[in-house]
Amino acid sequence: MSDMRELLKLLGELDDQLVTCMRCGTCQSVCPVYGQTGREADVARGKIALLEGLAYKMIHDPAGVQDKVNRCLLCGACEASCPSGVKVLDIFLKARTILVGYMGLPPAKKLIFRGMLTHPGLFNSLMEWGARFQGLFTRPASEALGTSCARFATGVLGDRHFPALAKKPLHAIVPSLDTPRGASGLKVAFFPGCMIDKVYPNVGQAVLKILAHHGVGVFLPSGQACCGIPAFSSGDKRSYDRMVDENIARFAGGDFDYLITACATCTTTIKKFWPEYAEQSDQKRRDALDALAAKTMDVNAFLVDVLKVRQDGEAGPRDLTVTVHDSCHLRMSLGITAQPRAVARLNPNVELVEMKDAGACCGCGGSFTLLHYDLAERIGAKKRDNIIASGAQVVTTGCPACMLQITDMLSKAGTRTRVCHPVELYAETLD
Amino acid sequence: MNEALKKDFAAIVGQENVMESEADRFSYAYDAAVLEPVMPALVVRPESREALGRVVKLANENGLPLCVRGSGTNLSGGTIPREGGVVVLTNALNNILEINEADLYAVVEPGVITAKFAAAVAARGLFYPPDPGSQAVSTMGGNVAENAGGLRGLKYGVTKDYVMGVDFFDVDGEIVKSGSRTVKCVSGLNLHGLMVGSEGTLGVFEKITLKLVPPPRSQKALMAIFDNVNSASEAVAAIIAAKIVPATLEFMDNFTIRTVEDFAHAGLPVDANALLLIEVDGHAGQVAEEAEQVEAICRKLGARGIHVAKDAAERNKVWEARRAALSALARVCPTTVLEDATVPRSKIPAMMQALGDIAVKYRLKIGTFGHAGDGNLHPTILTDRRNKEEWKRVEDAIDEIFDVALGLGGTLSGEHGIGIAKSKYMEKETSRATILFSRRLKKALDPKGILNPGKIIGE
Ligand SMILES: Cc1cc2nc3c(=O)[nH]c(=O)nc-3n(C[C@H](O)[C@H](O)[C@H](O)COP(=O)(O)OP(=O)(O)OC[C@H]3O[C@@H](n4cnc5c(N)ncnc54)[C@H](O)[C@@H]3O)c2cc1C
Ligand code: SF4
Ligand code: SF4
Repeated sequence: MSDMRELLKLLGELDDQLVTCMRCGTCQSVCPVYGQTGREADVARGKIALLEGLAYKMIHDPAGVQDKVNRCLLCGACEASCPSGVKVLDIFLKARTILVGYMGLPPAKKLIFRGMLTHPGLFNSLMEWGARFQGLFTRPASEALGTSCARFATGVLGDRHFPALAKKPLHAIVPSLDTPRGASGLKVAFFPGCMIDKVYPNVGQAVLKILAHHGVGVFLPSGQACCGIPAFSSGDKRSYDRMVDENIARFAGGDFDYLITACATCTTTIKKFWPEYAEQSDQKRRDALDALAAKTMDVNAFLVDVLKVRQDGEAGPRDLTVTVHDSCHLRMSLGITAQPRAVARLNPNVELVEMKDAGACCGCGGSFTLLHYDLAERIGAKKRDNIIASGAQVVTTGCPACMLQITDMLSKAGTRTRVCHPVELYAETLD
Repeated sequence: MNEALKKDFAAIVGQENVMESEADRFSYAYDAAVLEPVMPALVVRPESREALGRVVKLANENGLPLCVRGSGTNLSGGTIPREGGVVVLTNALNNILEINEADLYAVVEPGVITAKFAAAVAARGLFYPPDPGSQAVSTMGGNVAENAGGLRGLKYGVTKDYVMGVDFFDVDGEIVKSGSRTVKCVSGLNLHGLMVGSEGTLGVFEKITLKLVPPPRSQKALMAIFDNVNSASEAVAAIIAAKIVPATLEFMDNFTIRTVEDFAHAGLPVDANALLLIEVDGHAGQVAEEAEQVEAICRKLGARGIHVAKDAAERNKVWEARRAALSALARVCPTTVLEDATVPRSKIPAMMQALGDIAVKYRLKIGTFGHAGDGNLHPTILTDRRNKEEWKRVEDAIDEIFDVALGLGGTLSGEHGIGIAKSKYMEKETSRATILFSRRLKKALDPKGILNPGKIIGE
C-alpha cells in the first residue's frame, strides 16, 4: 500500500468505531501498561485518539502512532470496563493490520510469520533443531522451575528465564490420533497450539490422558498450524489467513463434537477471531470457520460444563496449596474463571488459596513481552509479588503463555513455586 | 519550543519524563469534554513535588502557558492545553502521605486516585464521602480543582466540604501554605477556599489535607416508581421536609429507564416516568425508621411501586441500575454530551418539562438522570458530532438548557466545572463585575497569564 491516501481511507473505515470512544478515561483504571507508565498514549483512550488524529490529518506520523498502538497486551481489560462499549481489541487488531500494510512488516517478524509459522512442517523442524542445540546457548537457571536463561545475552532474549524448548515436542510424541468415542459417547478434536506443542508437551499429554480416562474419543490431525494470533496481532493479516487456511484443511469436516484447546489464547482466537475476521472469505470458508468456532471450547470448561467431571474418589489431605491466575483471555474474552479452579480441585490434595488481583494481567501479551520486555517485566512483578504473598506452593493458569511469563518472573525472583496448568494437577491423580 | 528549553525541563524532571514526539503530545490534546483537541509543545511528568514546583517556575520565567493535568477526565475542557504550551502531569505524585485516625484527616499528593484514597481510608475504618462517578480514575488534585461532587452530595457535601488545607505553588514556584490540620483555623486568608474549583488557573497544588469522618453503621436502599416527574419531585421535597436527609437521592427519567433496561435487563419498569433511588444511612435503628418514613411518603405522593432492598445483594442491584445509566446512554449514539445544569430542588419538575420541550424542539435524544436531592441533573444528549447539522442543533439546545437553568435560579454547572466549554456563559450567570474582579485577581497572582489561560473566566 505505502500510499498515505490509502492509509487514510482505511483508517477512515474504522471511524464509526473510533468515534464511540467518549474519552471518559475509565480504561486508565484497568490498563496494565498505563498502570506502569502513567502515559496516556499507552491506554486505550490515547491510542484511539491517536488513530483518530491520524485519520483526520491532525497528526502525520504513522510510525509514531504504530509504535504506540503496539504498546498493548491486547488483554482486553479496557474493553471489559468501557462504559461506552468500544470494541477496543477489534479496533487495535484492524489498526495494526492497516498500519503494517502501510509501513511494512519488520524483517524479523516477516521471517517468523511469513517464513516459519505459515509452513508448519518447516517451523517444526527448525524448532526441533533448536531444541537439540539449545543447551549450547542456554544454561539451566532454576532446577525447580525448569527454566534456562540465555547463555549469551542476545538482543531478544535478554536475561529472560525461559522454560527450555521441550526436547521432544508433542507432535513427535503423539504425531496424530483418531480414537473412537468411548464411555462418554463424545469425541473431541484437540488443538494443542504452538506453546503446548513446543514448550509444554506435558500439558498436551495431560489433556490426552484425561480424555482417555473419561472415554472421550480424540481427533488429533498431524500438521496443525499456529492459530494465527501472533501474526494477526502484529498486523500481518496475510500470514494469519494462511495459518487459518492450513487449520481449516486439517479440521473442517472431521468427525468430532467439540474442538478443545488448553491454551486460552488459541481458544479465543479460534472461537472469536476466526469467524469475526473472515470478511473477505467466500461463504464456504465462512461456514467452515463458524462451525469450528461453535465447537471450540476451553479444556477446563469442557471438563466441568460438558463432561461434568466431579471429584468422586477418596477425599484427600488437601495439603497442596494452589493459587489460580486468571488469564486475560479466559476471564475477559471467554468469561471463564470458575472452571480452572474446579479442575485444579479435582486433585484431592489441592487446597485453593486466592491471590490478590487474580484477574490482573501477568504482562505477557504474546509478542508484547518480546518487544517491550522491561514493561512486561514491571507488570509481571506485581503478579509475582501477589503469587508469592498468597503463600501457595503452586500457581496454575489455563494459558501456556501466562505460564511462560509467570515462570520467568518467579524463576528470576529465585522462588520455588511450581507453575502448571490445571489439567496437569488433575492428570496426576489418574493412573 | 527551542531545544535549550526542552533541555531545561529535562534537567528538572529527567529525560525519561519528557514527552515531545507528535504522538505523545497529541495524547494530551484532549480530555473528556467534547471539544476540539489542541496540541501542547511539550509534556512533562515530574516524579517529585519539588520538581513540580521547578516546572512551574521555569514555565513562568519563559512565559509558557502551563496546563496541569491529573487524569484528564474533566468534562469541560479544563485540561485542553494552549498551543505551544506545556502540560504537566501529576499522576506520578501519587503518595498518600498521612492518614490520621486520631485527628480525622489525611494528607495526599495531588495525583492520588480518588477511589484508591477512599479505599485506603476505609481500610483504616474511616470514610471519605465524595464519590464522583469517575472516582476509579480521577485524581484528588483534579477533584479539588473542579470541586467534584458525587452521589452522596446531599447529605455529605462535595469536595470543598472536605478540604482542610491546600499547599500550592504560586507562579514563581514558591510554596504557599493554606489551611491546617485542625478543625478550626482562622490564621490568614482562606486561600485553600480560593483553590477549590480554581481549575488550575491560580496555583498548582502539591499537597492536600482532607477531612475524614466515621463511616455510617448501616444503610438501606430503596427504589420508588412514579408515573410522573411531578410526584417524584414532590416526594423529594416531602422527604426533606420530614427532616430526613438521605445519603443519596437519585433520579432517572423515562428515556434513561428505557435505555438502561434495554442494556442491562434489570427489570426496570419501562413505562414509568420517573424513578427515585434512595439510600438512607446511619444507626441501624434510625435507618430502619427513616426507610419506613421514606416509603410512606413516596406511597402517599403516588409512587406506584416501591422496592426496598432486603440485603446487600439487593442493595447492589438498586445501585447497579444507577451505575448503568451512563453506560447505557453512551452506547445509543456515537457522541455523548454529559451536561450538568443544576437548579434548586423545587424546580426539578420545571426543568424536566423544559428539557422535554428542548428535546422535541431541537429533535434530539436527551436522557436525564442525576442527583434529585440537590437539583444537580445530568441531561445527556446523544448525538453524532460528525453530523454538522445535528451538532449545530446540539449547541443551540445546550445554550437553551443553560438559559432555562439560569432562569430557574440555577447554575451552569453543579460539579463538572466551567473550563473552556462554559466560560462564555459565565457572565450571564454572574455579572460583568464578577468576571472583571476574577480577572483582576488572576492578573495579580499570575501576571503573565501562564496558569491554564482561558479557563473559567476567559481572558
Ligand atoms: C464518566 C465520568 C463521570 C464523572 N462523574 C463526575 C461526578 O459524578 N461528579 C463530578 O464532580 N465530576 C464528575 N466527572 C468529571 C471529572 O471526573 C471530575 O471533574 C474530576 O474531578 C477530574 O479529575 P481529574 O484528575 O481527571 O482532573 P483533570 O481533568 O486532569 O483536571 C481537572 C482540572 O483540575 C486541574 N488540576 C488538576 N490537578 C491539579 C493540581 N495539582 N493543581 C491545580 N490544578 C489541578 C486541571 O488543570 C483542570 O483544570 C466525571 C467525568 C467522567 C468522564
Ligand atoms: S473507557 Fe472506553 S469510552 Fe472511555 S476512554 Fe476508554 S475506550 Fe474510550
Ligand atoms: S488491551 Fe490491555 S494493555 Fe491494551 S490498552 Fe487495553 S487494557 Fe491496556
